[in-house]
Amino acid sequence: MKFRNWLTAASAVCAYVALAAGPLHSDPLKVGFIYVGPTGDFGWTYEHDQGRLAVEEAYGDAVQTSYVESVPEGADAERVLTQMALSGHKLIFTTSFGYMDPTINVAAKFPDVRFEHATGYKRADNVSTYSARFYEGRAVIGHIAGRMTKTNKIGYIASYPIPEVIRGINSAYIHARKVNPDVEFKIVWVFTWFDPAKEADAASTLIEQGVDVIMQHTDSPAAMTIAEEKGIHAFGQASDMKQFGPNARLSSIIDNWAPYYVARTGAMMDGTWESVDTWHGINEGMVEIGEFSDQIPAEVQTEAQAISDAIVAGNYHPFTGPLNKQDGSAWLSEGETADDGVMLGMNFYVEGIEGSIPQ
Amino acid sequence: MIRLERRRRQSRAWALATPVLAVCATVATGMVMFALLGKDPVEAIRTIFWAPLFDPNLASYARPQILVKAAPLVLIAIGLSLGFRANIWNIGAEGQYIMGAIAGGATALALYPLDAWWIFPLMITAGIAGGVAWAMVPALLKIRFNANEILVSLMLVYVAEQLLASVSIGLLRNPDGIGFPGSRNLQHYESAANSELITGTGIHTGVIAAIAVALMVHALLRLHRLGFQIRLAGLSARSAAHSGANPKRLTAICLAAGGGLAGLAGIFELAGPAGQLTIDFNVGYGFTAIIVAFLGRLNPLGIVLAGLLMALTYIGGEMAQFMLNLPAAAIQAFQGMLLFFLLSMDFLSRFRIAFGTARIN
Repeated sequence: MKFRNWLTAASAVCAYVALAAGPLHSDPLKVGFIYVGPTGDFGWTYEHDQGRLAVEEAYGDAVQTSYVESVPEGADAERVLTQMALSGHKLIFTTSFGYMDPTINVAAKFPDVRFEHATGYKRADNVSTYSARFYEGRAVIGHIAGRMTKTNKIGYIASYPIPEVIRGINSAYIHARKVNPDVEFKIVWVFTWFDPAKEADAASTLIEQGVDVIMQHTDSPAAMTIAEEKGIHAFGQASDMKQFGPNARLSSIIDNWAPYYVARTGAMMDGTWESVDTWHGINEGMVEIGEFSDQIPAEVQTEAQAISDAIVAGNYHPFTGPLNKQDGSAWLSEGETADDGVMLGMNFYVEGIEGSIPQ
Repeated sequence: MIRLERRRRQSRAWALATPVLAVCATVATGMVMFALLGKDPVEAIRTIFWAPLFDPNLASYARPQILVKAAPLVLIAIGLSLGFRANIWNIGAEGQYIMGAIAGGATALALYPLDAWWIFPLMITAGIAGGVAWAMVPALLKIRFNANEILVSLMLVYVAEQLLASVSIGLLRNPDGIGFPGSRNLQHYESAANSELITGTGIHTGVIAAIAVALMVHALLRLHRLGFQIRLAGLSARSAAHSGANPKRLTAICLAAGGGLAGLAGIFELAGPAGQLTIDFNVGYGFTAIIVAFLGRLNPLGIVLAGLLMALTYIGGEMAQFMLNLPAAAIQAFQGMLLFFLLSMDFLSRFRIAFGTARIN
């Protein structure tokens, strides 16, 4: 299987054994998490909380985890983080992009506390960043969407105009377009990560515009529920979401944070923690493609699996030229692939997407 | 038949006792809820009310944070209370708060990086003006067309949120922010920053303003003719008109006060604790302030206490989450119960439940 996962698990076990044997660590390591939504969102936050539970399972009494959910991104986050640091948490995972500045601010005041910020780009000696290459998953489901749409209209519920979201739209579009030149993307920006009512409204609006496949970059299964009601297709986002759309769901992009959280907690315990920047994809198992629905023809399933396999094998990059930007200017030449720096700051659509990024 | 009868006379003692009783009932019901969730109820209540004030590790940080959290609630609630007393229902303080932050923030950002003493007061004035302007929309529509101010002010919250999103990713976006949404951080712009006046106390200009406004409004209601008219309008619009109050003028004044103070809260929050205009800048102070206004009996000094209590439950609620792993929804339900009990006890202090057919008085 995946070498890194194996390595992660092995290091975790070593850490645990070392810890169990060491008499010095009598107090459990306190590990804190702050979440942007409720743990019951069945999407983004739910998967982070699954990661937290995996840490508890891996280390048992040697750790004590806690979390605060639905923390607004801003002054409130800074206060919650400070309180966590003050109450003895030594490792704190901040699981939303908007926690970036609060994390950096609080980390500066507590040099002994280690922070892990998801999806951001600011680091410090005691702040690591980590994210997943969701765009690899988008390539796979974009391909499926392009093959499955009958109206040639694909809906996309976008949250905030940040590079991570734009990257997802571009990757999905490129791969849908590749197999279906007539495909058109309808993008709705909802400016929230988690608001089931807004997400459901966006889904309904898209369906009224003739969309028959929906993708989303928001955290709740609301759109999946609407898709099921209206008899169209959708993809699970962050979590599998099958229970919300047994007929509607085609596949899903699942965020699997557990191995990373277990490994980082282990590093904290054996004293090897250092500030790193992690960006893992399908290969490392941080991004998983959910089981294909049997509504997807076998042929399309094989193609989709092939994309995933090629990404894992390192033979294929979802952003491979020739690709132009939306305004027609050249971006990547034949065979050229996008480097991480460009992808991390992506603020443009690729050629063919209609509409503009809100600004 | 069960009927409601208006009590002939309202007891003053009950008026003071209802908020206390509401808090007690909330605590009691909350304990049952926490117990049902499998948590130690006494520990939960102790964490929410006691830990922020007296926990040895946390209190020194949490106490000032209570002031920081209470200041916008108190400012907005006092503004709203004037209208609520006169039966003018401004539900849109959240939008006025946003517009105050946008107007004040835009003023400061337009002057960046100029360094001058007058930037801060100018920014604050612009913040008030932004809130007043936004509140004038429902005021004028009510005065001119008798449009319902509840609906208009509430709907304008959504408009303000859209404007906030627009300026965060467009007009006011930080040019050095690598394309990410959000303005420059005003905490890093010395002339505009609303920083702590005394380090470690949490006291920023907004906290001082909240206390000053509470005292001023208290005096206004007691001593000034306008205060009398506002109180009278709430009791009986007709007698207020007879006493010389102009209802249109009162509508405008009350909405302007609500909007202006919400705008003031918005700019203090932006230049201080929040720092940055982002899509998610507003976190619901404008709505929570409605609870605070009623919890404080629409009395400025009561509102100060209510704001502090509300802030305490926020901060204690967070502590209960990470210390006891209580879900956030349980804390929100706990806060919601407070308003529920307050309003129901308030109702029972004004009406009594009678059985049988109605008597003719």
